[in-house]
Amino acid sequence: MSGSTIHNASPSGDAEFRDVAQAHAPFRTGRLVLWLIIALIVVNFGWIVANNENFGWPVVAQYFFDPTVISGLYVSLGLTVIAMVLGVILGLLIAIARLSSDRLASSAASLFIWFFRGTPLLVQLIFWYNMSTLFPQLSLSIPFGPTLASWDTNSVITPMTAAIIGLALNEAAYMAEIIRGGLLSVDRGQSETAEAFGMTRARALRRIIIPQAMRSIVPPTGNQLISMIKATSLVSVIAMADLLYSVQSIYNRTFEIIPMLLVAVLWYLLITSILNVGQSYIEAYYGRSDRRNGAAAKPIAAATEEASH
Amino acid sequence: MTAPVIQKPLVRARKVHKAFDKLEVLKGIDLDIMPGEVVVVLGPSGSGKSTFLRCINHLEAINGGYIEVDGEQIGYRLRNDRLEKLSDNAIARQRRKIGMVFQQFNLYPHMTVLQNIIEAPVGVHGESRSDAVANAKRLLERVGLSEKADAYPRQLSGGQQQRVAIARALAIKPKLMLFDEPTSALDPELVGEVLATMRDLSKQGLTMIVVTHEISFAREAADRVVFMDGGKIVEMGKPEDVIGNPQHPRTQAFLSRFL
Repeated sequence: MSGSTIHNASPSGDAEFRDVAQAHAPFRTGRLVLWLIIALIVVNFGWIVANNENFGWPVVAQYFFDPTVISGLYVSLGLTVIAMVLGVILGLLIAIARLSSDRLASSAASLFIWFFRGTPLLVQLIFWYNMSTLFPQLSLSIPFGPTLASWDTNSVITPMTAAIIGLALNEAAYMAEIIRGGLLSVDRGQSETAEAFGMTRARALRRIIIPQAMRSIVPPTGNQLISMIKATSLVSVIAMADLLYSVQSIYNRTFEIIPMLLVAVLWYLLITSILNVGQSYIEAYYGRSDRRNGAAAKPIAAATEEASH
Repeated sequence: MTAPVIQKPLVRARKVHKAFDKLEVLKGIDLDIMPGEVVVVLGPSGSGKSTFLRCINHLEAINGGYIEVDGEQIGYRLRNDRLEKLSDNAIARQRRKIGMVFQQFNLYPHMTVLQNIIEAPVGVHGESRSDAVANAKRLLERVGLSEKADAYPRQLSGGQQQRVAIARALAIKPKLMLFDEPTSALDPELVGEVLATMRDLSKQGLTMIVVTHEISFAREAADRVVFMDGGKIVEMGKPEDVIGNPQHPRTQAFLSRFL
């Protein structure tokens, strides 16, 4: 800071004085001042938020556990779980196809990723919801041959199925790229070793490659999961009664727009915070072989069981 | 060993050719290896010795000739008098009697030492878990690492990792062991422990093919030394002949660097 008398440690000093074990950290006044200013701003902001009647905190409290809100919350969570599970499974298959040496498989996978990453999720959802205008009838038939079974599209594509299909396919495209990156991050020697020991491709993937790829797959997947929870709010446009749709249906009646949106915001924040905690546990689990002696004691027991199948 | 019946070679290589794109790496290798024989393959870098080893268990597909292990042609089969490629799963089955040790150890980093060893016996060979664990413990004792069963590979030194890798390869009770430069990635002071383990194995009637730069190991442990250069076998015979009294100028030039 001030250009006063700071000497570079020169070889002339006394060894006792220059032992870094004796060093102390100088008091940083500027830092303390900055802390105080920021603390002041934060407290002031909190005060404003808490005392502004337009936020309607009593209304927020009143509706926080409202049955409509809670059922909307269940729909959002359910959609997230189903779409994410389907997305991960499909994404894994697409990632494997994309990495395959088979031209047909890899180009089909690329085409899928190209389309579903390249168009907005909102548009995809509306598209699925309006499927019946494109294809009034859905039928199972042999190409150019007889029809085996047929359904009315509107009875198959409900808001629920449109939402699941739309979210899952979109998620699969992103997960495929994440998983592919993870699989590529594993040392080539590992799959070679698995091969040399007579493992089939499927077994090598399941036992050797995927567990190692998990370390680079989990963090971005956590990201995706959090995005997915928020993305479910898009399904409100196709009349699916998710969390956002539920609070909207209430404020359309009561006109308490801000308080009701705050109910939704707080729920979204609460869920994503819980997920963050879960993610750090999963990351610690897949990073266990990295830790040196000591801290790894508990996961070893779990891992031994895992090896038995 | 048993009474001298007329033995068939365990490994039979005929006119083996291998090219990576236009680069010819193997230019016609002929080699028979009898059961129980310890063969050390020497040669300068780029001579094709590692590639040849990797062709034996079909990690590399050859472009010409054939390789047979234990009477089965590797990677192909005759059907109606026509040779056809085997499926991946059939090739995986053929590899199950061949153990391999890699230059970079290639232990599975997410598994403990014990899990590394029992993975193939349990998962590929269908051994019961308790048998596999008991066998793994015996093998660990044999390579002197009993107390490391629950350690992760990263917690071991390079030499220890390679000894675990040897135990892992032995755990599948292989008819043939392939060693691909097993000491090349090790610090000099760790080479000895791995070579000692291998020397111990060579005395127990296991068929071994060892690609290495360790001339001393070849001299002490090999039944036969094969010297390769430029994708061909230029000289082979008893170690005292090939190493002690090389005939071919390439062998002489190569060995002179180690004197």
